[in-house]
Amino acid sequence: MSAIMDDFIIRATAGGILVAIVSAPLGCLVVWQRMSYFGAALSHAALLGVALGLLLGLPIKLAILLISMVIALLLYLAQRLGSLGSDTILGILAHASLAFGLIALSLMPGLRVDLMAYLFGDVLTISWNDIAWIGATLALVFALLYRIWQPMLSVIIDSDLATVDGHHQDKLQMLFLLSLSAVVAVAMQVVGLLLIVSLLIIPAASARPFSETPEQMMWGAMITGIGSVMVGIWLSLAWDLPAGPAIVASASILFVVSVSLSSLFRHRT
Amino acid sequence: MSEINPAIAKPSETLLTLDRVCVTRSNIPVIENISLSLHRGEIITVIGPNGAGKSTLIKTALGIIKPDRGSVDLMPLSTVGYVPQTVSIDPTLPLKVERFLRLCPGTVKEDAIAALQMVGAEHIAQQSMHTVSGGEMRRVLLARALLKKPDLLILDEPTAGVDINGQAALYHLIQQIRTSLGCGVLLVSHDLHIVMAATDQVLCLNRHLCCSGAPEQVREHPEYLAIFGDKSAAEIGIYRHQHDHDHNLHGDVCDHG
Repeated sequence: MSAIMDDFIIRATAGGILVAIVSAPLGCLVVWQRMSYFGAALSHAALLGVALGLLLGLPIKLAILLISMVIALLLYLAQRLGSLGSDTILGILAHASLAFGLIALSLMPGLRVDLMAYLFGDVLTISWNDIAWIGATLALVFALLYRIWQPMLSVIIDSDLATVDGHHQDKLQMLFLLSLSAVVAVAMQVVGLLLIVSLLIIPAASARPFSETPEQMMWGAMITGIGSVMVGIWLSLAWDLPAGPAIVASASILFVVSVSLSSLFRHRT
Repeated sequence: MSEINPAIAKPSETLLTLDRVCVTRSNIPVIENISLSLHRGEIITVIGPNGAGKSTLIKTALGIIKPDRGSVDLMPLSTVGYVPQTVSIDPTLPLKVERFLRLCPGTVKEDAIAALQMVGAEHIAQQSMHTVSGGEMRRVLLARALLKKPDLLILDEPTAGVDINGQAALYHLIQQIRTSLGCGVLLVSHDLHIVMAATDQVLCLNRHLCCSGAPEQVREHPEYLAIFGDKSAAEIGIYRHQHDHDHNLHGDVCDHG
């Protein structure tokens, strides 16, 4: 009995930590570009991916990845070409796809869908197969980010300067959004669609006061993210709390601690 | 009239040619029929009021904006250094000056420090980009452009918001860079009368080219010397416009009187 118990705890922790690791660099890029609404829109739209996956019999993660990529592309184009404010476009696309996703799920006859698992995550039921997916995503995203990290920073700082340096802003943004879509697809199981953005931005925000370089902030976000996952899963087991919200709550508490500590240090020096 | 290093004053290559360039935005012309050619070792100052299309001209020369008509030709294999007015970095992004410079492809720490030394800003290498002053930012951005040893240096309002002594210091620096790198310089200024004394050619832009010519030296002008001292005056030139037309509020050409 205890061996089974241990195994699912190990799986949950391993899956959560992998997601925290891959979320750190992407979360920093989201924060630096003020794209947290964009991330939220993307993850809410992923419910449409869940519905499509179930309807067409595709693997759910693949369906989410595909729909996230389509939504990311639409958002990107609408922001560049449209005359509406980007927050309005984000709101329309996110909630329209969330609504269509919910309708599609409710229409599926004889299919009992555990909506809560998609919205709030279900890290405690994660399988080794899921972990392999997360691991593969992590490897791909890191390989990609390793190549585009410096150019991305240039573009974030000043797109004109980056263009003169020969970087292709559109290509870089597309690769970044592709990575973000992939992370949404695999992180859903850990914290759920509604809370994915928090796993991206809260650890990054906690690391900011103690960082002097972009990379320090990325490593700091990774450590804080891993810590949040471990504390969250432990809280979830100890007090029988839902794991996804417990992870996000832990991340938020770590953020408050970080901000308090940094203001204390500022007062002293 | 300007002192060009004799080593680089040989038959000068044309670095940049704009031939009858037109850029429109939503069917409204932003710049019309702009032609210019910039040679190695030459300094061109483009002046014009707000909305005259100065930034558009710079971005077209840099290849960021594609012209609707006309052509922009850059000498093959030449490198361009661009100095924007400022960069606004999101406060959530921690970045030191030296690291900012290293984002320029192929730059190592020693290059970054050397470039900062060239612009007299090596003391802020380890400072955060968020805490440098406006004048320091100009120098950091200039240093970033120098990293690539540019054949052509393009500067957007390098002296905006800088007092006249600071302007003189920046102009002196730009002239030094021109001499040591032998590059061509294209700079834009909103100041219609005070230009860099070392400018070879002033182009007055208001959608189209209104007039062009060389600046007059103010070095000997007693009133200037009295106000600014001879140190600044050596770097500052006066440009006398010779317009044969006026502009109304829309920037359209109308007759005199």
